[in-house]
Amino acid sequence: MRNFKMAATVVLFGLLTAFGVKNAVSGYQIGDMATDFKLKNVDSKMVSMADYKDAKGFIVIFTCNHCPYAVAYEDRIIALDKKYKKLGYPVIAINPNNPEVQPQDSFELMQVRAKEKKFTFPYLFDEGQHIYPQYGATKTPHVYVLQKTKAGNEVKYIGAIDDNHSDEKAVKTKYVEAAVDALLKNQEVATKTTKAIGCSIKA
Amino acid sequence: MLRKLVLLFFVGISMFAQEVPKEKQVYKEGSIEVKSYDYQNLALLLQPKDETVYVVNFWATWCAPCIKELPYFEQLHENYKDKNVKVILVSLDFPKKAQSNLLSFIKRKKLKATVVHLDDPDANSWIEKVASEWSGAIPATLIYDKNQKKFYEQAFTYEELENALQLLLKTN
Repeated sequence: MRNFKMAATVVLFGLLTAFGVKNAVSGYQIGDMATDFKLKNVDSKMVSMADYKDAKGFIVIFTCNHCPYAVAYEDRIIALDKKYKKLGYPVIAINPNNPEVQPQDSFELMQVRAKEKKFTFPYLFDEGQHIYPQYGATKTPHVYVLQKTKAGNEVKYIGAIDDNHSDEKAVKTKYVEAAVDALLKNQEVATKTTKAIGCSIKA
Repeated sequence: MLRKLVLLFFVGISMFAQEVPKEKQVYKEGSIEVKSYDYQNLALLLQPKDETVYVVNFWATWCAPCIKELPYFEQLHENYKDKNVKVILVSLDFPKKAQSNLLSFIKRKKLKATVVHLDDPDANSWIEKVASEWSGAIPATLIYDKNQKKFYEQAFTYEELENALQLLLKTN
């Protein structure tokens, strides 16, 4: 019996070490106030959230040219902007990558891609890579839904656009749409964070 | 009570261990064969057994930092294959591209370590199960055995990778 107890303790200890939660907290959590930025758009004009006087909030998406996951979502990002800009939640896309590390994500190639795909939203360059670490973005695409409040732009949702990157037709849950729809109805966002596979940000 | 719990635990483990992972699909070309799993079945495959130490790398052929570190996983496989260390390369290539890009990549690079394909689009349902601290960015690597698990959301040099493996081997 004693041996049995010891064995049990060892197994339990093993399980605890193996599956212990070790969550490094960095970047924004739900409820934090997101920083504004002043970043260069593909039309060479500077863009800040403060420019949008009538917006109720924002769909901030860290995305880029080169990542296949980002490319797979381009049309869905355009659709999000078309649907929600008129409802007060425009998309603002930010390329967080350092072109010295990932040449396909240079400002010039961002301009080319925005033109090719006829982006309806600003596609900003995080020059010097200062903004994405404050948000805590780790990959592309990585979405932050913000709601404008008196205290600032409050983080209401962090994560994926939907639950199927490779096949839009097979999507069951559109996380970003559900979050913005809830905010538009003054309701609590049901799913506040999700995770998705993406390309690590190249800093 | 404790005894019952422990017994239940072992019964649970042994039932789990007997379950055989079922592939969704097998990609094949010549002598190269890659099995494709959903997460539930991949998890069975990755279940730690005996004294084996597992080095599991999540990657894709289109992921530049993944490709850069892949030779180090191959090197680790070569150096530790007789030392009870199993290197498994889990490809996250898009299912549509697995047959063309993944198989030709394995052939071109003459990969020796085990390659499997993960085809489970609802990543939100399984990322936290791989490691609670994983944000979802690749490359990502798990090094574990039945007692311990370490997770790395980073790209490795060979030295860093070997050190990470040694860290686990030493504490056993």
